[in-house]
Formats: sequence, C-alpha cells, structure tokens
Amino acid sequence: MKEILIEVSNLSRIYHVGDSDIAALNKVGLSISKGEFVSIMGPSGSGKSTFMNLIGCLDTPSSGTYMLEGIDVSCLVRDELAEIRNNKIGFVFQGFNLLSRTTALENVELPLLYSGMPARQRRERALDALRTVGLEDRIDHQPNQLSGGQQQRVTIARAIVNNAPIILADEPTGNLDTKTSAEIMDLFVRLNRDSGITVILVTHENDIAAYGRRLVRFRDGSIISDEATS
Amino acid sequence: MINIPVTIRISLRALRANKMRSALTMLGIVIGVGAVIAMLAIGAGARERVSEEIDSMGSNLLIVFSGSTSSGGARMGAGSEPTITLLDAEAIKRECPAVLDVGPSHSGTAQVVFGNQNWSTIVIGTTPSLLDIREWQIIAGRPMTEQDDRSIAKVCVLGKTVVDNLFGGIDPVGKVVRIKKVPFTVIGVLGSKGQTMMGQDQDDIIYVPISTAQKKLFRPLFAGMIQFMMIKARSMEDLDDGQQQIEELLRQRHRIGQHQQDDFTVKNLTQMMQTAVNIARIMTLLLGAIASISLLVGGIGIMNIMLVSVTERTREIGIRIAVGAKTWDIRLQFIIEAVTLSIIGGGIGIILGQAGSIAVAKLAGLPVIISPLSIAVAFGFSAAVGVFFGFYPAYKASLLNPIDALRYE
Ligand SMILES: Nc1ncnc2c1ncn2[C@@H]1O[C@H](COP(=O)(O)OP(=O)(O)O)[C@@H](O)[C@H]1O
Ligand SMILES: [Mg+2]
Repeated sequence: MKEILIEVSNLSRIYHVGDSDIAALNKVGLSISKGEFVSIMGPSGSGKSTFMNLIGCLDTPSSGTYMLEGIDVSCLVRDELAEIRNNKIGFVFQGFNLLSRTTALENVELPLLYSGMPARQRRERALDALRTVGLEDRIDHQPNQLSGGQQQRVTIARAIVNNAPIILADEPTGNLDTKTSAEIMDLFVRLNRDSGITVILVTHENDIAAYGRRLVRFRDGSIISDEATS
Repeated sequence: MINIPVTIRISLRALRANKMRSALTMLGIVIGVGAVIAMLAIGAGARERVSEEIDSMGSNLLIVFSGSTSSGGARMGAGSEPTITLLDAEAIKRECPAVLDVGPSHSGTAQVVFGNQNWSTIVIGTTPSLLDIREWQIIAGRPMTEQDDRSIAKVCVLGKTVVDNLFGGIDPVGKVVRIKKVPFTVIGVLGSKGQTMMGQDQDDIIYVPISTAQKKLFRPLFAGMIQFMMIKARSMEDLDDGQQQIEELLRQRHRIGQHQQDDFTVKNLTQMMQTAVNIARIMTLLLGAIASISLLVGGIGIMNIMLVSVTERTREIGIRIAVGAKTWDIRLQFIIEAVTLSIIGGGIGIILGQAGSIAVAKLAGLPVIISPLSIAVAFGFSAAVGVFFGFYPAYKASLLNPIDALRYE
C-alpha cells in the first residue's frame, strides 16, 4: 500500500441560503494515496467543486475531518491554510484564472512571491515550469496574447512551480476543443507519471476521465461509486 | 513572510495600469498638502515679521501717555488731554528702581526742506535716551547729546526715508535742512528699521532735541508738557514691577485719589507685541487647520478609489489568495498603493505649495517662511493619510473569500 496523502471522513459542507440549508457535500469519506490520478465525475450541482475547494484548502468543512499528509487541516486558520495552498497544492481551474496584464512568467512566479523566494531563484523555477509545459517561447506574453490551451498551460506551470505534491483541476478542459484537451491531458499524465504528482481532476467527459486510473462518481453531495480504471 | 520590495512592485504596477485615475486621485492630496505648506509658510512669515518688529522696537519697553484708556462714560481717548510732563519723566528715571531709562517725547508733523526738495514727515523731540531705548543705531555722523538738549541746539538726526527723499545720494551729515522754516544742522543718520506690521515706515522720521522741539517747533500747551514717554525696564522680569512703580509714582505726583481715575496710561509694549505674536501663531494654526481639511478630503478620495479598485480587482485578489497570499500580503499591497498615491501626491504638493508661497511673497509682498519642519510634517502627514485611508479598503480586500472572488465577474 502506498503512502496516504489525502484522507477525508464524514466531510460535510452545508450552505445556508435564506432559511434553508443546502448540503452541498454530505458525509463524504475518501482516501487518496501519493501518486494517484483520480478522476471525479457527476452531474452538475453534485458537489464536485465543493469537494475540490475543501481538498484545496480554499474552504473549510462544516463538519468532518480532512487529513493532508497526516496533518488535520480542518482546524487550521486562514493564514495557515494559505501556506498549505502555497506549497502543497496547485490549482487548475476551468476559467484559467491568470492575472491579466501580467506576463506568463510573472503569473507562474506568483506562488513563489508568497513563499518569499529570492528573485533569481523565482525566475529560474518559473522558467523551468514553463519549459515543462512547453511554453518557453511565450514567457513574455500576457494572457490575452495566448490561446486557451496556452493559457491553461501557464496555469499548470503555476500549479507545479512550487513543487506542490497535489494538482487539483476542476474541469480544466471545459473551455477547450478536443485536440487541445488531449494535449492538456497528456501533460497531466506526464506530470503524474514522471514527477509523481497526485492529480485530482473533475470532468464531465468520459474520455477525459479515462486518462485517470481511478474514477469517483458524485451524486447529491455523496460518493456513489469509487473504482479503479484501466 | 512578506516580501516588501515585491509588494511595492506589484502596487506600482497596479497604479501604472490606471495612470489617469491615479493622477486624479493624487490631485486631492497635492492640493491638500500644497495648501498646508503654503498656509504654514505664510503664517510663519507673519510671525517672523512680528518678531522682527519686536526686535526693531527694542526690548523691555513700557510706554506712558496722557489720558486714561478706560472706556467708561464719555471719557476721552488716551492722550486726549495732555497731563504728563518732562518732570514726570525725570522723576520716573530717578525714583523707579525697575526703570533703566526714560525717553520723553514731544512730536508733530512738519514740512522739511533741503535745497529745492521738500518732504513731510514726523518730527520727534526727545532726549538722547530714546534712541538708546529703541536700540537704534546711528550709521553716519553722531547721535544727539545732553549738551545738544541743554543748549537747545538746532540739530537733527534723520531717518533713512527722509535722507532718501531729500538728499538723493548726497551725504547729509553737516548739511542744513529747514524744519517748519527753522534751519537745523543734520548731525546723524539712523540705520533702517523697515516697516511695522501695519505697513508704517519707521524710517520716515526726524529726531531733534526735546528742548528745541518745544521752543522752536511745536509749542506745548503748558511748559514741559510731553505726549508720551518710552521707558526701558532693567529686564524682562522688571516690566511688571516697573509698570506698578510708574503708576504709583504718577498717581502720587498727579495727586490722584483712591477712587479717582488715572489721567495717564502705562502700557507694556513688549507684552502687546507678544500678544501680536500669539495672534499670528493662532492664525497660522487656524490656516493650517483649514488647509488640513482639504488634505482630509484628498484622503477620502484615495479611500474611494481604493475601494473601487478592490472591487474591480476581486478576481485578481482571489487568484492571489488561492496561490498562497496571506492576509497581510494582500493588506500591504493595497496599503502600499494608497501610500504611494499619497506620498507622490504629497511630494508634488510640497513643491507646488512652496511655489505658491513664493508667488504670494512676490505678489502680495507678504513674507513667507518655508521651514524644513513643515515640509517634513506635511510629508509624514500625507504618508499617514495614505495608511489611514488605505487601510479599510486593504482590510476589505484581505478578507475576501477566495472561492467567491475567483467566481467574480
Ligand atoms: N456559495 C454557495 N452558496 C450556496 N450554495 C452553493 C454555493 N456553492 C455551491 N452551492 C450549492 O452546492 C451544490 C453543489 O455545488 P458544486 O459543488 O458547485 O457542484 P458541481 O461542481 O458538482 O457542479 C449546488 O447545489 C450548489 O447550488
Ligand atoms: Mg463545479
């Protein structure tokens, strides 16, 4: 058995809207080992993004526990969570989320700014990351000068620049055409295989989900199936 | 760990991205700081002018003149009925221990002629003491002496304005001028004392011995009558004692009973001038306070723009928080933006404020003094305005929920 990286149990997230409570996530239990490539599927509104936000320490659960690398993350405060996001987690969102009017290189450097790395080292690491995603010739381009696929590569470079052990990708190919999607997925596979990065990926599409080696299905805030694939 | 230089770079970039808005926001601070600097400079100038006048007046001075200043009933104004005399002056000098010197004075305006030039000025008859009391230097010739007074000599000492108007380049010492058609020999020329606060020219004056003034120029109503006397106390601390001693002595000499009103007035000139200094200081504070309000308005302008900026950049803030920016990373970013605006605005305001002060000095002829302290204070103040008005928007930004912020359109 491989080393456990993520372990959640009884994880719930209740939203209070007006007078009613919505359980976006209802007592979910899941454990993910180092180096896994997990695909998450489920109908819209089933709680996938809510789950990813909790795993990504962007949100805190209403109840339940979340152990990340053996640390109970559910009781950490805002700045402690920021630090975890900074050096343990790389985000790749559907809507790229890059800083506008900022070059690819500077976008990739962003997490390193907040970990207090010296400028020269920051630049080297960012260049490395951009090389890994195949964008070494676009470092001075701003997001509006890049295609969707290239923007998503910048986001991936930003996700890996801090050597984070986990990449969380919430519908990363949602805005991309099939060919570009395949290129992006190949990149995730390569990062997972060559660098041992744990990838957790949310998608609607079966052929995208098929890149993973484990498939978790959500419905109404609960996990309804969890199986190894391929 | 917060990386200050990087945070500063981020802030500067955000400001550059919105040049016009940044410039307009700064304008408020520019005007505020400029106004503070100009007002303080003008106020300091006014105070300096008052101080200069105190110095030109001479120190530790009391003045005694006829009549009472009490405003009760239909009593005439001060000096309206001549009551003090040369003998009073001598008695004061002799009998009041706190008094160092007494300069009695009997004066009037007169037409003065030299050659084909003529000039109307104030002629003061006095003893040699008066010029000593006023600490007034002779720059050419010699001062008046006791001998001049005793011999009723027709000699005079001229102020600079009189010299300029009558002589035009000729050395006046030894020349003869006619005052009210009486020939006087010029024995000395006074150094310049400049204008008073009220814009009166102190150098437009002629001094003659008091005996000569009374016998040849302005005939008194009764023998020995004088209009006023200037008195120098031995020291600052002796001013109050001196005033009391003089009052007691004169009441005695003028036979004024317990419940009767004085027929003379003793004023503490030095104290009056100090009052003027205080008024000037209060004026400065008042002007500064009014100017500070515009600085405050400028600060509110910064806060307004920073709030707009935080809202517009919600998504950016979300991204930063998502990749690991901590509370103070975000706070500092926005505070530095605000402080940069206010400091640059403050810097420009200091320059413009100085330029404005100098312009006022030139155009209105007001003295202005730009003290390094006021510049330092204005600069520190504008930085403080940035921190103060930048804090709330920065605080708001730092508390954004990253999930909502990332979804913000
Ligand atoms: N901020 C929120 N406030 C209220 N309800 C929310 C909020 N975010 C998500 N939800 C609700 O939680 C449920 C799960 O949402 P989400 O996790 O985004 O679904 P998915 O990503 O699987 O489409 C939905 O019913 C959604 O309406
Ligand atoms: Mg979703």
